[in-house]
Amino acid sequence: GSESPIQFGQINPNIASNFINTLHQDLVLSFPPGFPPSCSPSVPLPFTMSHGTTTLAFIFQGGVIAAADTRSSCNGLVACPASQKILPVHSHLVGTTSGTSADCALWKRILARELRLYQLRHGRRLSTAGAAKLLAHMLHPFKGTELCVAATLCGWDGGERPSLYYVCSDGTRLQGELFSVGSGSPYAYSVLDGGVRWGLTVEEATSLARQAVYRATHRDAYSGNCVDVYHITSKGWARRDREDAEFKSQHP
Amino acid sequence: MEYLIGIQGPDFVLVAADNVAASSIIQMKQDQDKMFKLSDKILLLCVGEAGDTVQFAEYIQKNIQLYKMRNGYELSPTAAANFTRKNLADYLRSRTPYHVNLLLAGFDETDGPGLYFMDYLSALAKAPFAAHGYGAYLTLSILDRYYRPDLTRDEAVELLKKCIEELNKRLIINLPSFSVRLIDKDGIHDLEKLVPVGAK
Repeated sequence: GSESPIQFGQINPNIASNFINTLHQDLVLSFPPGFPPSCSPSVPLPFTMSHGTTTLAFIFQGGVIAAADTRSSCNGLVACPASQKILPVHSHLVGTTSGTSADCALWKRILARELRLYQLRHGRRLSTAGAAKLLAHMLHPFKGTELCVAATLCGWDGGERPSLYYVCSDGTRLQGELFSVGSGSPYAYSVLDGGVRWGLTVEEATSLARQAVYRATHRDAYSGNCVDVYHITSKGWARRDREDAEFKSQHP
Repeated sequence: MEYLIGIQGPDFVLVAADNVAASSIIQMKQDQDKMFKLSDKILLLCVGEAGDTVQFAEYIQKNIQLYKMRNGYELSPTAAANFTRKNLADYLRSRTPYHVNLLLAGFDETDGPGLYFMDYLSALAKAPFAAHGYGAYLTLSILDRYYRPDLTRDEAVELLKKCIEELNKRLIINLPSFSVRLIDKDGIHDLEKLVPVGAK
């Protein structure tokens, strides 16, 4: 299109800092005027973006497990120790988020809206593959801007089988059985590659997911605090109680 | 990191691509298919920047199919290659150029087999053999040395295996497997995946 995508959703920097204050209820943040310095010549960033996270998802005989840490960091500051990085999109689809928290939250909501509209118009739910394609195509116009979303969509398609897709704002869209995303992902990959099998029980899979996130939070400064685990089956998603990463790994 | 290769014979084109989808230092997927079927006898192999590859290749793929629906017949490989190049060229000096390197392989009823090399600057060249990626530096001289225009299918596969073995030996990046396909007058045939083994 002829319209620059940078105009879409552009917000006044003064409004941005108020929005951040209400978003993180635990901490009240106030930024001195003129901070941080803008790195983009075209649109000033309202605040420093940072992408610290560990998220993972894998498929096994019992469905899909999605796990993530809960630390939202802003350079050296832990902006929120209790954030939600796994967001339900609908009853049978869950998305892990990595990248800019605000971008991820917004685009997950837009995706949820578009999927609901599809369901109303066509009388059936869009598959995970379709949802991934929709998200990838919605993010494509923003390629080259500061928008940063790296998500895995974990879902159960049409009562048949589990499905896992990785979608990134640079346009990547991959189908797979195991993904980990974020600054802590290499550490998580190495733990998961040694343990993930199709035949895991639900308890084993949950424990392995927690272990992987814990190991990543141990090594990666930008991941930490607690671990969220979601389990998606033919009946929909179920959320495990949030537990402290360190506690659970030492008391499996 | 990524690798594409094509070898044209007297009545076929043999193409191969690696299977790794990587993000920085991590292999996210080891069974990625980088070949896109444009029509019954045309394949587009596409590597380059992360999102651009699939977006551009699928865009070309759907447009080729649309042409067939509208006009009742398929584009020839030459026409498809020129259409692809035109699109690359149009986007080149826009705000959103596509950074992709392509090989287009096809079989035409009248002209026979054809292999077209395209790069991200929208250059187009019809060539008897071609390669993309760092691996091309290592394998083009093997192709120069051993290629003949009258290669049989088995000889072409052996030549391809020579190239893959050289990559396995010298390339610093490990490429664990390669998809291989052959196009002839009967269409596109999937051949066995090449999996180089053994110590480098």
